[in-house]
Amino acid sequence: MPKITIDDKEISVEGGTNIIAAAQRLGIEVPHYCYHPGLSVAGACRMCLVEIEKMPKLQTGCSTLATEGMVIKTIAHSAKAKAAVQGVLELTLINHPLDCPVCDQAGECGLQDYYMKYGLYNSRMRDAKVKKEKKASALGPHVMLDQERCILCSRCVRFTHEITKTNEIGIFNRGDHSYIDVVNGRSLENNYSGNVVDICPVGALTDRDFRFQCRVWYLQESDSICPGCSTGCNIKIHFNVRRRHIAGGRRVQRLKPRFNEAVNQWWMCDEGRYAYPSIDENRITTPSARLAAAHQRMDWRDAIDQMALALREALAAYGPESVGVIASPQLTNEDLYLIKKLFVDVLGIAAVDYRMPPNRSAKNDDFLLRADRNPNTLGAHLIGLSPFGKEISTPRILEAAAGGRLQVLYVFSTDLVAVYGEAPIANMAAHVPLMIYQGTNHNRTSTLAHLVLPAAIYAEKNGTFTNYAGRVQHLKPAFAPLAEAMPDWKILCKLAQALGHDFRYADEEAIFEELANSQPAFAGITYAGIGSHGWPIEKERVLSFVTA
Amino acid sequence: MRRNHQIPLGAIVKGLALTAGHFFRNMRIHVAHLFGRRLQEKGMVTFQYPEERRPFSPRLRTRHRLTMRADGSPRCVACMMCETICPANCIYITAGEHPDPHIEKQPLKFDIDLGVCVFCGFCVEVCPEDAIRMDTGILEFAAYSRQEMILTMDKLLMKEGAQEPDRALMKENA
Repeated sequence: MPKITIDDKEISVEGGTNIIAAAQRLGIEVPHYCYHPGLSVAGACRMCLVEIEKMPKLQTGCSTLATEGMVIKTIAHSAKAKAAVQGVLELTLINHPLDCPVCDQAGECGLQDYYMKYGLYNSRMRDAKVKKEKKASALGPHVMLDQERCILCSRCVRFTHEITKTNEIGIFNRGDHSYIDVVNGRSLENNYSGNVVDICPVGALTDRDFRFQCRVWYLQESDSICPGCSTGCNIKIHFNVRRRHIAGGRRVQRLKPRFNEAVNQWWMCDEGRYAYPSIDENRITTPSARLAAAHQRMDWRDAIDQMALALREALAAYGPESVGVIASPQLTNEDLYLIKKLFVDVLGIAAVDYRMPPNRSAKNDDFLLRADRNPNTLGAHLIGLSPFGKEISTPRILEAAAGGRLQVLYVFSTDLVAVYGEAPIANMAAHVPLMIYQGTNHNRTSTLAHLVLPAAIYAEKNGTFTNYAGRVQHLKPAFAPLAEAMPDWKILCKLAQALGHDFRYADEEAIFEELANSQPAFAGITYAGIGSHGWPIEKERVLSFVTA
Repeated sequence: MRRNHQIPLGAIVKGLALTAGHFFRNMRIHVAHLFGRRLQEKGMVTFQYPEERRPFSPRLRTRHRLTMRADGSPRCVACMMCETICPANCIYITAGEHPDPHIEKQPLKFDIDLGVCVFCGFCVEVCPEDAIRMDTGILEFAAYSRQEMILTMDKLLMKEGAQEPDRALMKENA
């Protein structure tokens, strides 16, 4: 553990730590463009120069490792380093176009930030700026390239070389003729291409999807968990609810990965990143009942009463075998716990499952994306919603429904038609007196349901997901549910109350507390303990439950 | 109880004399004007609006306009500086792609709600492209509905034969 001094502050760091990382721990900023903790060190930008005692020349903070007794002065304390860094910044900006008004990076741009912090000089450039060939051209399906804005830090090149190993991007030519481009006319097409936009410190690589949608300073952000697969990448939801004329009133403008060493580091996949439109598009906004062919909107109160009446009659006349519930691993632990409590524990219904036959087209990739495209499969399992162990009972529930043996079928956020096809589900819906669909978006299953209830989507929810490795992660609501939608747990509480059971919870945390007290897998876990980086359930526990 | 101030009798008399002086002087001039006399003497200023208009100061902020490029398209690049700085939140811009990659960005919609605008002029100050100005000299934009108070891009580009600012009048007054 070498002990070093940075700006008169002492710190001990592990061997192999570079000066930028060591300074960061002390809260000291060493400006840099090319260094990224997730990539190899390039030493290309020369912005991280620091003065080190007994070294004749300035050293780069990215490639210089801390060694015992090192005394370092950053630009805050060293006039020599400051002058050098200012000079580097001036050179970097020599050919940079004054594009800020039209550049999507403006507001979160490394050049703007460092110029305001460390630059603030008047331009001494007399010659015309060197113009590059490609202005605003697509590099692939998701990324836009502007060669003029590029400062050749090579982060994107290293990303495609080291992380995706697809090697699409390269730097061509030398000196001030250098430019970045795709190799041999290829296209930047891999499932992680959106990350190069995040790591580009300037506006050279921007998001085609986000292009001109919203200025970044209009965005608010909220921590969440990607619901796209069982990895549960930590994300930030960037949304705009104050200026509704922007982007057609869409609330979510983009998703960004949030650092979590144990889950997704700095990255997320494109499939998850660009899945956000479902938060605002094609949503179920009000409860509705199907009369003949059309759906008629109805009141929440009427919808809950109708469900309660049907459930009561079915249970009284035909017993608990006449009700089937298909839960969903898209729901949070809190929602699933209430489903189990209400339907299994209180009403004694056995036909409750959340599993669908595996989708064979969905595959693991070798990085973040997993074949199980649900965020909370393990959570549903640990809560105890797999009553028959490994055997999936969903087909049996649907068979019973098609055979006319069910009075009520309650489906949560699962598009049955997408799995089983239109005809069998339509046939089944015709044989069940009441098929309830509670979900976020319209789909072919909701069209067939007799009663449709609008549920809040993950961006509107407070709750937890348990990822495939048993890490319980907290997602926070970015904004209120759309229109009349309600979080699933609230709908379940209302239904339970209408059935005469006292389900009262102040909030999601209260449900989780009860869950933690009743399910041994979740014992000892609290929202505070989960924090922003999750709580790993011990592997032995996860395994013992999976094999049980 | 001691009176701690006296009635300022002198000042009252002085003030009344001034007011009365103006009153009688103007009455004499305006009555004379009625009979076509003493026309070279100017009485108290009353503009017979709207036939007669008061000259504007050249720095007066009047209704906005968007300036144009040579081809008649707006100079605006939809950077949203004006929308951002606007303290009344009365500017609504939707941005889109410009066919020329060297311009890149243009407004698809540019609406100003004059019913909300406070005429502070920040939008003009902040514009990096000199794309918005408040020099039209138009002050009469009252309307019968709130919707009509919203200026769309076409109106802002003054394409609809909007009133041109009276530069001569502005200069004369400067």
